Amino acid sequence: MNENTETTPYSSEELLICVVARLLDGIDHIAVGVSSPIPGSAALLQRSLAPDVTRVTVLNSRELQALNDGVSELFDMAAQGRIGAFFLSGGQIDGAGNINLIGVGDYPQMKVRWSGSFGSALLYYLVPRVILFREEHTRRTMVDKVDFISAPGNSDDNVYRPGGPHALVTNRCVFSYQKAAGRFRLESIHPGHTLEEVLDHTGFAFDTPEHVPQTPAPEPDRLTLLRNRLSHEIADPYPAFATRVWGVATAAERS
Amino acid sequence: MTENSPVTTLEAMVAEVPDGAKIAIATTRHGVAIRATHALIERRVKNLHLVAVPTSGLQADLLIGAGCVGTMESAGVTMDEHGQAPRFVAAVKAGNIKLKDTTCPALVSAVQAGEKGIPFIPMRGLIGSDLLANRPDYKTIDNPVAEDSDPIVLLPAITPDYAMFHAPLADRYGNVWIGKARELMTMAHAAKRTLITVEEIVDDNLMNDELTAPATIPAHYITACSKAEQGAWPLPLPGRYQADGDELARYVSMAQTEDGFERYLQEHHDATSRTPGVAAAG
Repeated sequence: MNENTETTPYSSEELLICVVARLLDGIDHIAVGVSSPIPGSAALLQRSLAPDVTRVTVLNSRELQALNDGVSELFDMAAQGRIGAFFLSGGQIDGAGNINLIGVGDYPQMKVRWSGSFGSALLYYLVPRVILFREEHTRRTMVDKVDFISAPGNSDDNVYRPGGPHALVTNRCVFSYQKAAGRFRLESIHPGHTLEEVLDHTGFAFDTPEHVPQTPAPEPDRLTLLRNRLSHEIADPYPAFATRVWGVATAAERS
Repeated sequence: MTENSPVTTLEAMVAEVPDGAKIAIATTRHGVAIRATHALIERRVKNLHLVAVPTSGLQADLLIGAGCVGTMESAGVTMDEHGQAPRFVAAVKAGNIKLKDTTCPALVSAVQAGEKGIPFIPMRGLIGSDLLANRPDYKTIDNPVAEDSDPIVLLPAITPDYAMFHAPLADRYGNVWIGKARELMTMAHAAKRTLITVEEIVDDNLMNDELTAPATIPAHYITACSKAEQGAWPLPLPGRYQADGDELARYVSMAQTEDGFERYLQEHHDATSRTPGVAAAG
């Protein structure tokens, strides 16, 4: 997967990690959920690029979670503006930036039921830079209108909302979120993908600039960082991911 | 054990939980009382109102699959890397349980209001969500201390009938050490009665040691405390053991059907009653 040949100089995971890391530039405290290995790896990459000013909290990790006030602490920190960036996803994401983590069909007795909304209905409002990350980019996930709003993309002017969506990253492209318009704008298309394909697989309308750039390939120095030192740091919160992408030995193999 | 100590057996502890009780339960990685849950299932209690603080997984799924749950109040029910919680999903699709879906901080805040003995607590967020639209008990008001319009949601306090969880350590006086999982303290403060299982019961008073006292729930909040080694298994207990991924995968695979789920419960029952150390502990 990570052979450095001409046709596959990097894996899709490495591309996405570098894409997300660029969106984290300048953030002092990045918080990540435990089941988000690509955003988590991007946060650790950004920290290694700006180690003196970047703090990373990975929920439920052993080494990356300096929290001791129970499950409310993350939310209290977010409410006070102590978290600069967080990641959310959705079983469905729509063109207004609404996310659905509940299910498909009519609530409550839904056709498809997912786990639940977790912290989204607070964090989406309060964390200044929320990055929506959903690899699967199909008309099933990128819909015109979500079946259930776990948390809305936009709020009325009088609603206290210092935070909200900043960008949406998928396995095909990067969108930015335009707060005033409440719509996504296509920012770049990943190498090997086309505008036609993005249009075909997106269920919502979005703005497209006259010329859509290609998503830059991973910077060689960042790839080197990821493949060497960082792959081992990433293996702490995300062992299965580090083994799959970089062949990092599992804890069982090391002992 | 000592006079007025809540230390008792697991069976005696769960025997008091009546049908219809509102029980606050711990989140997956913070100390879930799985052995106590199986003891509760043996009694086939009915119509419980589970309040996950703030999410659940195996515990809720076991209780729902066994027909013990009437209402599920939570911000998420998940088997994490093992996927969706199968009996929860089946019950939702069949319309067999009442749902009170919400978001993590709302549950913790509402239990904090219960702890403080106040009727409600305000919280940011939620406005414009379908969570709020489906929770008539949540009220939106205009912030009375702001000069400009500032809508904010009020959450009614949660005062559970029971809090139930598993902790690493208790002493023979019934003081319980919880470590960093601070919301367990909040749950014990808010609940009318608190039932706890622990890995280990020590002789020294945990409240008399400045190192342990800040993370210790005083015995007077605790109704019953019993020893249950590996009491969170196959879920993890911080500082003690990791999750048993193979067992969780086995559960998820068996619990895809009602029959498979009942077989899992039976196998679990047979295995624990064959193991003297497990059956006698408690």
